[in-house]
Amino acid sequence: MSGVAVPLPRTGTIVVNALLIGASALALFPLLWMLAASFMAPGEASAYPPPLVPSHPTLANYRELFAHAGMGRYLANSVLLAVAATALSLVFNVTAGYAFAKLDFRGRDRLFRLMLGALVIPGQVAMVPLFLLLKHMGLVNTYGGVIVPALASIFGIFLVRQYALSIPDDLLEAARIDGASEWRIFVLVVVPLLKPIIVTLAVFTLLGTWNDFMWPLIVLSDQDLYTLPVALASLSREHVQDNELMMAGAVLTTLPVLVVFLSLQRYYMQGLMLGAVKG
Amino acid sequence: MRLIGRRQVAWWFAAPALVVIGVFFVLPVVAALAMSLTDFDIYALADISNLRVVGVRNYVDLLERPLFWKALGNTLYFVAAGVPLSLGASLGAALLLDSKFARFQPFFRTALFAPVVTTVVAVAVIWRYLLGTRYGYLNYALGVFGVRPIDWLGDPRFAMPAIILFAVWKNFGYNMIILLAGLQNIPRELYEAARIDGASAFERFRFVTLPMLAPILSIVAILTVAGYFQLFAEPYVMTQGGPLQSTLSVLYLMYEEGFKYWNLGSASAVAFLLFLLIFAVTLLQTRAARGEFAR
Repeated sequence: MSGVAVPLPRTGTIVVNALLIGASALALFPLLWMLAASFMAPGEASAYPPPLVPSHPTLANYRELFAHAGMGRYLANSVLLAVAATALSLVFNVTAGYAFAKLDFRGRDRLFRLMLGALVIPGQVAMVPLFLLLKHMGLVNTYGGVIVPALASIFGIFLVRQYALSIPDDLLEAARIDGASEWRIFVLVVVPLLKPIIVTLAVFTLLGTWNDFMWPLIVLSDQDLYTLPVALASLSREHVQDNELMMAGAVLTTLPVLVVFLSLQRYYMQGLMLGAVKG
Repeated sequence: MRLIGRRQVAWWFAAPALVVIGVFFVLPVVAALAMSLTDFDIYALADISNLRVVGVRNYVDLLERPLFWKALGNTLYFVAAGVPLSLGASLGAALLLDSKFARFQPFFRTALFAPVVTTVVAVAVIWRYLLGTRYGYLNYALGVFGVRPIDWLGDPRFAMPAIILFAVWKNFGYNMIILLAGLQNIPRELYEAARIDGASAFERFRFVTLPMLAPILSIVAILTVAGYFQLFAEPYVMTQGGPLQSTLSVLYLMYEEGFKYWNLGSASAVAFLLFLLIFAVTLLQTRAARGEFAR
């Protein structure tokens, strides 16, 4: 830094950190306000100037959501679908990712290149025929209809493959010489080595299925099967004026994913980097 | 003998995922192309014998519909304004976090990233309130500077800017993390050398940071453009495509064609046009990036 623009280290520290505080405040304000407003009495948020904190914190909105809006049901649907989709897709993606990295089969590398090429096709292109296919299979308007298309993902296979490439071949060869079957090697040797990437993929899939909106909106028509985002979108169209109630609904929808993210942040960030490297 | 057995086992490892991808992704994509050439509608849904092949008529009809052009224009507006603003915010935040003056870096990084992991629908509901005309915080803040209340989501001139603002807030943290990693990989000696040559802070940014970051920046730009073309949930929750269809996106049009009016043939054509558009833009960007680095 030359000439007039020589800020003393102190000035630099103040400017940079003030900007960081300001940016963080902007990023967090909507979320903190959501939390505050969810404890406000009905109608309290519709005032000028807009209130920042509830004058008499109340759980009325949450009670109302569970008692009359069926929130318990939607919460259970979301948890069930996200957990089931995550667990099942892990099995499919981890086995396939390992096979693409370490097992030899005909056409493996050509297939892998094709799959990477297919990443440019947005999932929405498939949605109309997918709907008809699932309708034919009797899966429209069922949990299965939400889970089945999420069972395997090219991104997941790619993520596991990149990580599994680092497993030493000697290790697998040694196990084979000891007479272990391929499945035994997979379960006892490979899976423990892949644990970090399995957690990463689990967090990604869990957050992805929890937050997913368009496909559940299309495939679920029965209100009893709605996930939280679909239910919240529908409730927010009915309750345009009930801001405090909607904020409580938004808290119930976002808080679980935020907690999962905060507790497993390291794994999430790692996956984000791995995914971006090859893009 | 053992090798053949092993190859069969290998197929068993890969087959379940490949079958799922084949049946629930590849097949529907191919079917979408085929369906876009038919008049698949609610009558064909009831009885498949009502289905007729109509060639490219769906495409011709779409290109003659003002609504399609409106949706396309809105989507291009969202991409053209939203992507640079998003990338600018991401780069700015990454530079701040990478600064040697930054304290509590892990805290700030998490705070700035938090909107990314939230559910679009839920935060769109929050923003609908923040953007409210009478009681919203944005108008309140602008009021401090003497700006009269704006009907953000009810005025066709402001609805798309409001959605862009929301999208930037929601998404900038994602690219910020990737760019931050890119910044941290730039060798510190380069900055030192530039400093010794008398380069100012801006010159160091322009001639060291930007060129070193260019490959990552172009990957991030390509992914963000492709993602922003898929605008749907934001207008669905915040404006329902309105007012006066000013926030109707191409994907929203596909949703309405397909799952509201059950014109599945026409919806497939919309989806395919969107795909072709994303593909073409991605290709152009990749070409441009390659040319840039070849120099």
